[in-house]
Amino acid sequence: MKLDSKVPTGPIEKSWDKHRFDLKLVNPANKRKFKVLVVGTGLAGSAAAASLAELGYEVEAFCVQDSARRAHSIAAQGGINAAKNYPNDGDSIWRLFYDTVKGGDFRSREANVYRLAQVSNNIIDQCAAQGVPFAREYGGTLSNRSFGGAQVSRTFYARGQTGQQLLLGAYSALSRQVGAGTVKMFPRREMLDLVLVDGAARGIVCRNLTTGATEKYWGDAVLLCTGGYTNVYYLSTGANSVNVTAAWRAYKRGAAFANPCYTQIHPTCIPVAGKYQSKLTLMSESLRNDGRIWVPKKKGDMRNPAEIPEAERDYYLERKYPAFGNLVPRDIASRNAKQVIDEGRGAKGTLSVYLDFKDAINRIGEDKVREKYGNLFDMYLHITDENPYHVPMRIYPAVHYTMGGLWVDYNLMTTIPGLFCLGEANFSDHGANRLGASALMQGLADGYFVLPYTIGGYFAGNKLAKLNTEHAAFKAVEADVAAHTAKLLKVKGRATPQEIHRKLGHIMWDKVGMGRTAAGLKEALKEIPAIREEFWKSVSVSGSGESFNQTLERAGRVADFLEFGELLAMDALTREESCGGHFREEHQTEDGEAKRDDKNFSHVAAWEYTGEGKVPVRHTEPLTFENVHIAQRNYA
Amino acid sequence: METKAVGMNLTLKVWRQKDNRAPGGLVEYHVKDVSPDISFLEMLDILNEQLVSKGEDAIAFDHDCREGICGSCAMMIDGQAHGPDKAATTCQLHMRRYKDGEVITVEPFRAKAFPVVKDLVVDRSAFDRIQEAGGFVSVNTGNACDANNILVAHDKAEKAMDAAACIGCGACVAACPNASAMLFVAAKVSQYALLPQGQPEREKRVLAMREAMDNEGFGHCTNEYECEAACPKEIKVSNIARLNREFFRAMVVSE
Repeated sequence: MKLDSKVPTGPIEKSWDKHRFDLKLVNPANKRKFKVLVVGTGLAGSAAAASLAELGYEVEAFCVQDSARRAHSIAAQGGINAAKNYPNDGDSIWRLFYDTVKGGDFRSREANVYRLAQVSNNIIDQCAAQGVPFAREYGGTLSNRSFGGAQVSRTFYARGQTGQQLLLGAYSALSRQVGAGTVKMFPRREMLDLVLVDGAARGIVCRNLTTGATEKYWGDAVLLCTGGYTNVYYLSTGANSVNVTAAWRAYKRGAAFANPCYTQIHPTCIPVAGKYQSKLTLMSESLRNDGRIWVPKKKGDMRNPAEIPEAERDYYLERKYPAFGNLVPRDIASRNAKQVIDEGRGAKGTLSVYLDFKDAINRIGEDKVREKYGNLFDMYLHITDENPYHVPMRIYPAVHYTMGGLWVDYNLMTTIPGLFCLGEANFSDHGANRLGASALMQGLADGYFVLPYTIGGYFAGNKLAKLNTEHAAFKAVEADVAAHTAKLLKVKGRATPQEIHRKLGHIMWDKVGMGRTAAGLKEALKEIPAIREEFWKSVSVSGSGESFNQTLERAGRVADFLEFGELLAMDALTREESCGGHFREEHQTEDGEAKRDDKNFSHVAAWEYTGEGKVPVRHTEPLTFENVHIAQRNYA
Repeated sequence: METKAVGMNLTLKVWRQKDNRAPGGLVEYHVKDVSPDISFLEMLDILNEQLVSKGEDAIAFDHDCREGICGSCAMMIDGQAHGPDKAATTCQLHMRRYKDGEVITVEPFRAKAFPVVKDLVVDRSAFDRIQEAGGFVSVNTGNACDANNILVAHDKAEKAMDAAACIGCGACVAACPNASAMLFVAAKVSQYALLPQGQPEREKRVLAMREAMDNEGFGHCTNEYECEAACPKEIKVSNIARLNREFFRAMVVSE
């Protein structure tokens, strides 16, 4: 396997322009001769499907939800970054680029990040033109707020539901094309495998989740816009259907999987409440604009927060990082929360810290706080039965995002020709830690402004044979999928898929979570295969394969997580350094910060599948930094 | 989040229906030791895990984000869309709302335009088709001007956002005695009618979306206000008034 990043040479400010000029074009009349399959309809998928159809390509789009509008991008809360510099506070494309590379702890590709910063402004323009109701100033201009890892206000937002509004914008663009007949939409479809013909991606095999039928679709290219893999931890802020299946099956067909150990633990989530909890709920990072994080100074302080005087509180982020305060990057905020709790200083002795709005309410009033964060406060009240206007929120870190994903080159193409990967599902832009409000930016950048150009270069530069789903390759993959489903149904044990998923989640969180050690990772690498074995001996998948069957859906996803979790742990064990969200306890500075090893690990690790039961091969793509100065991250 | 001491024993009557063609009916289940701190969907998860471990078919229900934003978790709980809590989806409903020994009836959303797929799952693709008819601003990728060239007054933007908060769950339809989709359509039409971006297609949009709504078999609005009461995002019926104004205006001004 050869990893050719295809990153353009020369000055970084010119790379994307130069690359776009160098890409071959498909003339407008010929575009309709190419069919593109888009899997997933979140920000990346909806944006790409709509934009490709506008250009004249034939598009078929697929999602597991009952409507494209329900993809999990809908749940993103706080905002989207762009280098508009509307607040006149010193922002620029260069600064957004710099902050993102630094925030990612110098483990991302410079050229990709620069392009992301460049197109960030186009995204805001496009979304505003679509009628996305961004927050506005009284004069009618767009409002901004601040997010972690930045000292400028560059985050655009629509209350606490920016993801919803941006997705509905992309969904409206997609709906327009569906109405026009240029996109065929297939909801309630789950991609279960990829079809290769002559080494190129030429189709997919899906389960029709309504009827249970196995369906085959051909195309000239396949786009995976299938999101991240947070649910390998069982509990995460991800929706219940978040899964690694499409990416994992593509990996098994030859797509390299990059940096799976780069996972993001978000500092401000509602703490776990009980055994049957099915998901964790995020409280947006935007709350750190006005909320102050603290714990008691004293160990084991069981007093109510209101009874603890100011002098006995430790606003530990403000104390340790005065320049950024509560707005340090997520990995740093999470690790610090873990540290103070490990010291026995959690809120009322629990696994949580306080996020307090008392000062903000005194400063700007309860009404203003409600206007900015009302829906988040309501969510908190629904879940905890506590009113955050009166008592401080209690929060704890939770798995929230995955920076790792399928390896892609500068064109967003994986190591399989014709298979592209966009949004959270790919690995490219966030390095080892993603800054807040950058996920929406990347998903939409890939979908609206990158892929629509680069796919043309692929079509114009390759001769693709005409085919349809009668091709033998489709039949073979269809048979594999049918055999896998039959195998799941045949076990007929007593353990529910959730039960086994929960066990996997515990191991992943305890040993491959916020603090990782070689010893713990080695244990995980023994325990995960054992659970996998247990799964195939004892899982119960009731219902039939030929009907609507959510138990079967879940079982298939858990089976893939049980394989993928091992790769994640292996990647974490091999990366003998700490960087961003990957914290190896053996590698830390005296102050407990992540200690990188640039000499040995300034590279992307891309794993190649070598067959069932065989050890995958670790390839590396060196990372070079010509435009930012590499340093120990400093937010103090 | 103080953990309340004792678990509850509950009786559930759940609508079971194999598929769109099969007849359905209520089936009784008993769920023991339910913690008041879990959500309604987590209570259904527990019941389903019990069924699955016995090799029985789980109760099918749509759900995904479990934080009140994706709009998946549609069900009637004791005759109320999303259950008894105001301004909340089913996934936000917590069991502390119930008492030990209660009997809870759970059924799918009922509407001609929302056929049952299985058990509590219904087909809401009619909403997508209404959106496809005109719920958009026609602006191709790359065509936009600088975002601050379109000024939107703060209050107009806030009102547009109030309408845009719709999650497309269909509770308004399920709650309406006529199974009307007026609140859903009104929310989308209002968002664009309030914004300058929506003006060029203002008449075309409202006429097309109204027509699509009627074609899907939704009923008429007779001012019952049940939609507003059931809406988990508190979308106001004043949007329906705006939809009607937009509709009549379009009838008058369109050529």
